[in-house]
Formats: sequence, structure tokens, C-alpha cells
Amino acid sequence: MAILVVADHDRGMLAPSTARVVSAAAALGAPVDVLVAGEGAEIVARAAASLNGIARVRLADAAALRAQPAETLTPLLLRLAGDYTHIVLSAGAVGRDVAPRLAAKLGLMPVTDIIAILGPDRFERPIYAGNAIQTVHAPQPFQVLTVRASAFRPAGSAATSASVEPLEPEGLPALVRQLSEARTEGDRPDLATARIVVAGGISVGSAEGFKMIEALARALGAAVGATRAAVDAGYAPNDWQVGQTGKIVAPDLYIGIGISGALQHLAGIQGARRIIAINTDPEAPLMKLADYALVGDLFEIVPLLTARIEATQG
Amino acid sequence: MKILVAVKRVVDHTVRIRVRADETGVDTANVRFSMNPFCKHAVEAAVALAEAGHSSEIVVVSIGPRQATDVILTGLAMGAHRGLLVEAPETLETLAIARLLAAIVAEEAPDLVLLGKQAVDDDSNHVGQMLAGLLDWPQACFASAIARTEEGLEVTRERDFGQDTVALALPAVVTADLRLNTPRNTALPMVMKARQKPLETRPAESYGLDLAPRLTIEKVTAPPERAAGQRVADADALAAIIVRERAELELN
Ligand SMILES: Cc1cc2nc3c(=O)[nH]c(=O)nc-3n(C[C@H](O)[C@H](O)[C@H](O)COP(=O)(O)OP(=O)(O)OC[C@H]3O[C@@H](n4cnc5c(N)ncnc54)[C@H](O)[C@@H]3O)c2cc1C
Repeated sequence: MAILVVADHDRGMLAPSTARVVSAAAALGAPVDVLVAGEGAEIVARAAASLNGIARVRLADAAALRAQPAETLTPLLLRLAGDYTHIVLSAGAVGRDVAPRLAAKLGLMPVTDIIAILGPDRFERPIYAGNAIQTVHAPQPFQVLTVRASAFRPAGSAATSASVEPLEPEGLPALVRQLSEARTEGDRPDLATARIVVAGGISVGSAEGFKMIEALARALGAAVGATRAAVDAGYAPNDWQVGQTGKIVAPDLYIGIGISGALQHLAGIQGARRIIAINTDPEAPLMKLADYALVGDLFEIVPLLTARIEATQG
Repeated sequence: MKILVAVKRVVDHTVRIRVRADETGVDTANVRFSMNPFCKHAVEAAVALAEAGHSSEIVVVSIGPRQATDVILTGLAMGAHRGLLVEAPETLETLAIARLLAAIVAEEAPDLVLLGKQAVDDDSNHVGQMLAGLLDWPQACFASAIARTEEGLEVTRERDFGQDTVALALPAVVTADLRLNTPRNTALPMVMKARQKPLETRPAESYGLDLAPRLTIEKVTAPPERAAGQRVADADALAAIIVRERAELELN
């Protein structure tokens, strides 16, 4: 039997998470196929085909799949399920939307937000905002899984590309109509898989203030993150939110600026290798957790840091 | 329209939980429980729809132990009209919860089911999607805005790239994110009034469904502790550390 990974993609680009989901799926111990479902997703399929360790790419190209709605993807996956033992998605917005719906249709429990694969039916997943880790045994005939991409290393690229086999995704239902999208435009790397993340809290004070955070991120080639408080205040877009209900990051370096370190925020950064905190309050939880903590005013410190780091790039 | 809101009783989100020494779970003795924050946003959305004249009946249901009556009362105090407690062990899996909710939907025939997008205890983020799947209904998950239209609903959803807005016909399932609204506080008179509202209790077994667990939790452990950190003197010293850390990254 084999494993089916559902690729993440957006606007004709394969998302960086997919290479990580492929490497997680490889640990399940069977050949891995990748499904690319979308509209005009040929280029995405070819990008997926160049990932190391996959048997083939299956391409489902249909107008109804453009926004990857759960109501359309689920019946497609049900048609394909017979060829596989596991269907694996990333724990992003699409995977979270689809995996439980699919599992319920199959009369199964999905196992979601997996951070470690111990065997084909044994997994670790965090609960209580990451304050506890469950080891789950899932003795089911079939598994529907989502994995946290940031917890796994990306698969490399293959010497020779796998084949791309088109499917005929006809007669799929469309129950939901997408009316509009509001995208956060920017030149920063993907937050969920970035190696360096610079994040700001409510004390950054304004959207203008976040320009200063972005400037530091740009100097470091980093992604930008924010707390829920900063997003709620309208200083940062919702897709920058890091934490229990936002994105989960696991960078090598996380720089938290004016962030108290509420447990719901810490839930999103537990996988960070090094944490740096800047805060006026030395007692803030993030300051106590950090590998390096600097007490002081972010409005003085951040521009200095940016200037120093830019100076070293020469 | 008629709205069913499903709510969960969880360890209060401000409690710092402890893992039991025998690794069998999380210590929930003597800790504060309350309505899951996301469920509060779902109740608030239902009450707001009713206040705007779009709904005349809101049923709030919780599946759990007898103590879950408290979170139903919270929902009634916020403005729901009627309560239903399905008495069941706390350990029911999300599939069993979704099956029970599907059976309740068959009896109650709501036009809209509102739920929180996830519960802050097991962080599953399953039930709304599972219920929509079992019913073959459209789903709009991680909602940050809901508007009633002639066709049904327009829902703004939080996505990885930002937000999008989708149109869906009723009946439908919508799961609430935190930016959907600000849940109202319930003043004492509202809580007193809630006690007068109808609240039915039924055992989960009475639905005659397969609620057997599919998974076993082998153990629950605390996450690894982080090594103690150090205080940095000033911005110059921190800049030097960042430059060094990043150079290390480039080598790896
Ligand atoms: C169900 C639920 C889910 C949640 N999910 C998330 C989530 O996913 N992500 C998330 O982030 N939060 C989440 N939260 C919110 C979380 O509990 C906190 O409220 C939030 O993280 C706090 O954000 P903050 O650190 O920006 O603000 P605060 O806690 O207000 O901290 C601001 C910090 O800035 C410092 N400061 C002030 N001025 C300066 C200055 N000039 N220079 C330097 N430092 C300064 C202060 O000392 C303080 O430590 C959630 C909450 C709930 C209830």
C-alpha cells in the first residue's frame, strides 16, 4: 500500500510546507504519492514531482478545486482513498478544514497536529496549547493525519522527477462559493517554515511601528510574526498571528519584541531553537524563557539592531 | 432561522495545567472550568443574529458530564433560549461528539449550527468539520465575520494567506474564530433569568449510536524544559549575538 500527501499550494506556487509533509510521510514506511488539487495547478504538480522520495504526483485540475474547498476536496479524497493506507495533510488552513470532514465520512478519528511519527499508527501531538504532549495509538484500518510542517525537516530535491499523472476530477460537488480574498502582500518568507522569525506585540503600538519590525526582519531575511493582541488592535494582519490559534513556527531563531509571552503565544514557538526577547519588563514570561533577554525600550533598541545588522552585510 | 450552538466545558484558559506524574493525563482536580473561549464567540454570534432579527430560536447544547450544565447556563444567560445537556463521559472522542450532534440536528432541524473552531483542552479543531461532513452540509470554518444574505450566509474566514469571504446556502455549519466578535459579559440578573429557561438532560446512550473510542492515549508528558537563558547588556551586544547566530545558521 501507499501514502497520499495532499500538497499545499497557493497562486501557482507549491508551499514550503509540502516538502516537510513529504518527509514526515516517508517516516510512515510506505511509498508516498502527492496529490495536487487545484485549478491550473500543472506548475505546482511539476514542482511537487521534483521532491525527493515520492513515487508519483497525481494532478486533479478542476475549476471547483480553485480555492480547495473542503466540500469538494473531501469527495475527491474519498475516491482516491482505496489506493492508500494514510492520507496526510499539513496542519494549515486547508488541512484543518478537510481532514476532520474526510475522517468523519470514513467513520474514523483523524489524528491532527502531529509533531512526531513513532510508527504507522503511533503519533505525538500537543494538547493544552503545547503544555502537554499526547502519545496516541490509532489502531484504525485507515489514517487521516495532519502534521505540523515546522516539526519536520524538508525533503530535498530528487535527481530525476517523479511522473505527473492527471486524474479526471469530474462531477465533484461545490457547496461553497468564494466571493473574495484579502491577501497580505509582502516580500517576507513563509512564516510557518521560516528559519528566522521577528515578532512584535501590542506594545509596538501601531501599523507604522510594525514597519520598524519589518525592517529588522528584512535585514535578517526573516519572516514577521505578531501576537493576537497586535492583530486584534489592527497593527498586523491576521496571518501573522503566532500561537495556539495562529501559526505554529519552529525557526532556528525567534526574536520576540514587546511580547509578554502569554501561554497561548508560547504555544506557537515551542519548537524554536533559540529565543531572543526584548521587553521593558524583565519579569515578562518570554524574558524568563528566552535564551537571550534584553531589558529595554523596543523603540530605541530595534532601530539600533537593524542598523548594526545592516552594517555587517557590507 | 433556528440556530443550534454547541459548547464545551474546559479547564479555564487562564489555568496553567500540570501533567500527572504517572503520565496518564492532565491534573484537573481543583482547577477552574469554564466555557471554551471559542464557544463563547459562537454563542455571541448566534445571539447577535437573533438581535438583528435573523433568528427566533437558539438552542445551546453541551455534551459532557453533569457539571457542563454550567456552560449551558452561561449560554442561556448570554441570550440562548433553550438548553440541552447530553450526559456523557469527558473522554468521548470528537467523532462521537460529531455523531451525537448529527443526531441532535436530525431532531432539532436547525438552519445553522455554530461551534467554536477548537477547544483549548485537546486543541483538536475537528467537530464542526466532522459534523458538516456527516450531514453533507457546507462548512465555513475559522469565521471572523458572518452576514445573513438572501441566499444564506456570507462568512469571512481566516486563511493562511489572510482572509477570504465565501457564500453558502443554509443549512450550514460555521465555526467561530476569536476575531468574530466580543462575547458579552453576563450580569447576575441574566444568570438568574437563565435558570428559568428550559434545560433538558439526556444520556448519550439514548441516541443509540456507536460512540466507542478509536484511539488510545498511551501517555501524556510535559514538553521538554528549555535551558536557562542569559541577560544581554545592551543593543550592541544583542546585535553581535544575532549576527553570530545567523552566521551559524548559514553554515548548517
Ligand atoms: C483562547 C485564546 C487563544 C489565544 N491565542 C493566541 C495566539 O494564538 N497568539 C497570541 O499571541 N495570543 C493569543 N491569545 C492572547 C494571549 O492570551 C495574550 O493576550 C497575547 O498573546 C498578549 O499579546 P502581547 O504580548 O502583545 O501583549 P501583552 O501581554 O499586553 O504584553 C505586552 C508586553 O510589551 C511590553 N512592553 C510595553 N512597552 C514596551 C516597550 N516600549 N518596549 C519593550 N517592551 C514593552 C510589556 O512589558 C509586556 O510584556 C489567546 C487568548 C485566548 C484566550
